[in-house]
Amino acid sequence: MVKEKISKYAIHLGDSTLILGHRLGEWCGHGPALELDIALTNTSLDLLGQTRNYFQFAAIGSDIYKDEDQIAFLRYEHEYTNIILVEQPNGNFAQTITRQFLFDIYHQLLLRELQFSKEKGLTDIAAKSIKEVNYHVEFSSEWILRLGDGTAESHQKMQDALNLLWPYYKELFTPSELETEMKEAGIGVDIKSLESTYLERVKTQFDKATLEIPESKWPKSGGKQGNHSEHFGFILTELQYMQRTYPNMQW
Amino acid sequence: MVISQSTDSIIQKIWNILEMIPDPEIPVINIIELGIVRNVAFENDRAIVTITPTYSGCPAMDMISVDIRINLEKEGFIDPIINQIISPPWTTDWMTDKAKDKLKDYGIAPPMDQRYRTIQCPQCDSDNVELMSQHGSTPCKALYRCKNCLEPFDYFKCH
Repeated sequence: MVKEKISKYAIHLGDSTLILGHRLGEWCGHGPALELDIALTNTSLDLLGQTRNYFQFAAIGSDIYKDEDQIAFLRYEHEYTNIILVEQPNGNFAQTITRQFLFDIYHQLLLRELQFSKEKGLTDIAAKSIKEVNYHVEFSSEWILRLGDGTAESHQKMQDALNLLWPYYKELFTPSELETEMKEAGIGVDIKSLESTYLERVKTQFDKATLEIPESKWPKSGGKQGNHSEHFGFILTELQYMQRTYPNMQW
Repeated sequence: MVISQSTDSIIQKIWNILEMIPDPEIPVINIIELGIVRNVAFENDRAIVTITPTYSGCPAMDMISVDIRINLEKEGFIDPIINQIISPPWTTDWMTDKAKDKLKDYGIAPPMDQRYRTIQCPQCDSDNVELMSQHGSTPCKALYRCKNCLEPFDYFKCH
């Protein structure tokens, strides 16, 4: 029972990296410059690699799921428990970079703490992932600054992106029942305790980039409970196409 | 398999075979020099090789596993076991000095260390260089340009 819950927690972590990795993969061949195309898909690859580690670990402790492919490709919409920030569409480059930055800072803080989990499988993944995520933070932070404090047009696009995506941040630090349980067991991260550091860090960068955090409006959440935004079904249609059409296919 | 051989000499033979396997992305260095072979053992008549990925999503891992299997089987090892681990995480500190020199000769600036204290252009050795992109052709590399000879080059990032 406890094992199944730890698997579920790993799947929650992996779902966020899976869906964001998928979104970034959509940029392949469409990046605004060759270097950015490569950067976004490199980041996507890191996130998918991390996802595989989470799902392989989850499958070992689970009686429900037999392997990583089943977890990634054969669940229904309500069974995915990613934060809904990551499923938001790529939009323009400003939106993609803002979404990335809001996620990267959270991701880095989360992994730092996850390295102290009582569950060795998770500490191993965290220690491996954080080295990659440090580069993601560097990349998205630079672009926040360059575009926010750039031309009038780039500034406006960044401010629009921030206005659009800010309502999704709150969910990152609102623990689900499972997260609370895992935290109490010494396995999961106390995400609530990370919120003030997060706010400080993003605010510092937005200040430098002359961007303003909008007034808090209706916070958007639900992903952790399996309630997704309208974009999610479209993601799954593409993500699961091969496994649904050719069941059990392998590369 | 010749049973009379000592386990030590068999293990040495496995290392020798692994030494012949190049990294698929950077074929001038082999997988041992890259630092991804973490352990070699021989138990119950089976070779056991443990490898670790450079980056979590490294797509070369499956290919490297297949290469190891094929090469071991060619040398008479039956059904070798290839394990993949992620802990402790790979670091560029595990790359040998020789590998770093080979990288440079190949046109990739090696990761900074005690010997390579700055990022140097592999063509003209100048360290008057600028970062063009934190991400290069693979996740482990960044793209730089030499301001001295104006050539672009890859830098193998510290990790």
